Amino acid sequence: MQFEGEHLLPGQIGHFFVLLAFVASIISTISFFTAGKKTDLNEKNSWLRYARIAFTTQLISALIIFATIYYICAHHYFEYMYVYKHASLELEPKYLLACIWEGQEGSFLLWAIWHSLLGIIIMLKAKDWEAPVMTVISLAQCFLLVMLVGIYVGDVRLGSNPFTLTRNEITGPIFSQPNYLTFIKDGVGLNVLLRNYWMVIHPPILFLGFASTIIPFGYAYAGLQTKRYGDWITPALPWALLSACVLGTGIMMGGKWAYESLSFGGYWAWDPVENASLVPWLILIAGLHTMVIYKATGHSLKASYLFSFLTFIFVLYSTFLTRTGILGDTSVHAFTDAGQAINVMILLFVAAFALPSLGLFIANLKKMPSLQKEESTNSREFWMFIGSLVLFLTSVFIIAKTSVPVYNKIFGTHIAQPENVEFSYNKVVILVAIIIGLLSAIAQYFKYKNTSSAYILKKIAVPTLIAAVITALLAFIYPLTYYKMGAGFLGAAYVALFASIYSVIANAAYIWTGLNGKLKSAGGSVAHLGFALMLVGILISSSNKEVISDSRANGIHLPISGKDPMTKESDNPQENLTLIRQVPVNMGPYEVTYLKDSFGNEKGRRFYELLFQKKDKVTKQVKEQFTLWPDVYIMKDNNMSSNPDTKSYLGKDVFTYISYAINNKNQEEDTTQFKISELGEGDTAYYSNGIIILNKVVKNPDNGKYHFKPTDAALMADVTLVSKDSMHYKGMPAIQVDEFGVNQIDDTVYAQNLYLKFAGVTDNHKIKLGVKESDKLIEYITLKAYVFPYINLVWLGLVIMAIGIIMSAVKRAKLSTFYAAVALIVAGAGLFYMFLLAN
Amino acid sequence: MKKTHIIFLIAIAVLIVALIVFSAGDFSTYESISSAKKKQGTFVHLIAKLDKTEPIEYDAIKNPNYLSFYAVDSLGGKTKVIFRNSKPTDLEKSERIVMKGKMEADHFECKDILLKCPSKYKDDKKQLEKTITNQQDSAY
Repeated sequence: MQFEGEHLLPGQIGHFFVLLAFVASIISTISFFTAGKKTDLNEKNSWLRYARIAFTTQLISALIIFATIYYICAHHYFEYMYVYKHASLELEPKYLLACIWEGQEGSFLLWAIWHSLLGIIIMLKAKDWEAPVMTVISLAQCFLLVMLVGIYVGDVRLGSNPFTLTRNEITGPIFSQPNYLTFIKDGVGLNVLLRNYWMVIHPPILFLGFASTIIPFGYAYAGLQTKRYGDWITPALPWALLSACVLGTGIMMGGKWAYESLSFGGYWAWDPVENASLVPWLILIAGLHTMVIYKATGHSLKASYLFSFLTFIFVLYSTFLTRTGILGDTSVHAFTDAGQAINVMILLFVAAFALPSLGLFIANLKKMPSLQKEESTNSREFWMFIGSLVLFLTSVFIIAKTSVPVYNKIFGTHIAQPENVEFSYNKVVILVAIIIGLLSAIAQYFKYKNTSSAYILKKIAVPTLIAAVITALLAFIYPLTYYKMGAGFLGAAYVALFASIYSVIANAAYIWTGLNGKLKSAGGSVAHLGFALMLVGILISSSNKEVISDSRANGIHLPISGKDPMTKESDNPQENLTLIRQVPVNMGPYEVTYLKDSFGNEKGRRFYELLFQKKDKVTKQVKEQFTLWPDVYIMKDNNMSSNPDTKSYLGKDVFTYISYAINNKNQEEDTTQFKISELGEGDTAYYSNGIIILNKVVKNPDNGKYHFKPTDAALMADVTLVSKDSMHYKGMPAIQVDEFGVNQIDDTVYAQNLYLKFAGVTDNHKIKLGVKESDKLIEYITLKAYVFPYINLVWLGLVIMAIGIIMSAVKRAKLSTFYAAVALIVAGAGLFYMFLLAN
Repeated sequence: MKKTHIIFLIAIAVLIVALIVFSAGDFSTYESISSAKKKQGTFVHLIAKLDKTEPIEYDAIKNPNYLSFYAVDSLGGKTKVIFRNSKPTDLEKSERIVMKGKMEADHFECKDILLKCPSKYKDDKKQLEKTITNQQDSAY
């Protein structure tokens, strides 16, 4: 059949380049590998020439594939499955890039492009190391590109081609018609949760971080392959530093994104996807330190090998965890199951790098040069090594816990996450924070090889004292209030707070007393200072995070007795608060009014205007006010997504999001009358949206709502409403006769816009129930609000750490002052803007 | 043995002890409704579906922190669920619900709900087929 209106050419071009890139990557792997084995210079060079051409070909092909996907997405060619799945007409142009990396194929492509670009730099700069390092990169390219190939080998489809056609992928009656495209009005589009500017920035940075970890791996392999066991450290170290900076920033961008636009209520949740990227970073940091030790003293070579290998292996393992759907129920944002073939290929990818590298490592263990002399406990290298070991073991702990779904799969067990997931990590990690804080404070005051104890004590006395005083003052003025996990954990949090403040002070002091203010060599100290500052921020913001939307304290429907009549409990966290439009409610130090709602640019997006006012207690004058616009996004399939809004102060953030909202439209005057029905117990009446059941009539009720005495003359109708969507609501209108006359106490079911009146009693033991359906709707929203104190310390710490690492990298790579300054200023300003100003 | 070796061994021992001590009691299990009923008061994970024949009770004005509904699982178990929090907006449309909490006398006291909604499974072909068929219907 001839189909109308299809644009098949871009797809054919795209798929041709996919195949070309894949073949080129195989050729370049083989050629680089052979070049590395040849000793004859002529032969070696001719293999290298082949390899370079092949590698460059696959880079250019990858760029063309990327451009083609962009082109078909930008033109909304819904005949392509990828476009149909990830793009839609209403999508703003800035999210077109995000469409590309939303899917499996696109994100593998992004990764492959970063590998290729880094590979080009290696080809230009690495000299002797080029062949073995590029062998590793080219091999990784083969695995990444095969994920895009999408050709059948027997019955198994290898990879999934981003240019497959919608009509070939899904079956539907419309595809039997030549003009099927006219029926596909729009694509599914980018997931709403991902429509955020972080989605444009975060994945490329994170993937650059992942991609760059292959270079230390490649150098470590090169060290083993060339038997120049120790020489690779010098060229690999700047790369490892760059990787640590980019990956660390990428991870925290994810945190900032989660904090800004997802309703997690925080920036870190120990979600498996977060853990999977944190673990390689921790190992990388461990490896970085052992490499520095090796350069200075000759110790820790084996550890440097191991950590360099494991960093990339865990990048691959985390790809396996997050891309194969194995995490299933434990993660909110893992990719979903992509099909058996892809799963097997990812597993092969992990195995192809893990087994040979670790095998070579073990085979060469005996041949590696190692110093017989032991490190003194008074040496810097000793404490640095301890620190690296602690980081490494932490990463083992985290990945062991994260891998539980994998054990379940292998052993058929049913182990699930503990009740308090975050705490199960925090209680271990806080101990790590203490150790790392102390080590990063003290270690650099030791000199390599040996240091006299008197010297150390003299140098660290002042920073120790200052840190102790600051911690004590903080404990007094601004105590940590993380009581809910008991005194032990609070104590640990205080020790960790001291350790991290200590590290901030000691590192700042070291720049002056240890390095005499030579900023060029201060990269390490600056990075440690930033890291410690981040720890301080994490400790304070998470332990003093405060829920201000506590409905027990300020709910509009306060229970009369101490216990909530509905929940029968008084001590559970009731963090949602309902706001009726135009009715001010006290929330923490603020009086909050839900003013109005309005539509945003995108269809289905609704912003709620919340006015926060802080009033003077005595004069009732408004001291301060601001407006927040959290929004709710109703997607095409009527699912909702809630995006928070945050008011940022220097010292704290007020963070709020809508946890429940209904759509209301009419806003006219209320003119309806009560409609009277006569009902006996068990009888049913109708209203427009369902039925009303009179359960029973209670005399002198004494319950959560009414407190009549047996001597009163009161009747209450116990009514249940069942709406069409089968929601149940209770209504309790009452009537009371006293010396002043008849007193009717109406009840309201706001959710159904219904007023209930106990209008009277008939002669035949029935009651008159008045029902009024109002067309003046009561508009309300339910929201959650938190105050995060000092969260800016987290972001500031991160930025300082990144700058420190770049300073080190620049020094280790021996860049000229000009390039160094440019790199620092661009990175520093960019990060500072993204994390602290743009909001 | 070198000092670093000793430290390494000690550190690994500490890690193993930490993993066991900190985590042994720290895991819960996936249960069916009937097996969870046998473990009253134990924190478990339930995988179930919303029972659409029973009412969902939630009135944000009366109490934004009280939701109750019924859940059924594939083995035929059924339980009332109470979730003292706001109603997840897609509850009615969910295909599967993972609930964390404890079984109590007459209900499942739920601490956390994870919904599996059709829309989140963009890669699910069946869903795409449904979507594309709907588009056609709306075009006619």
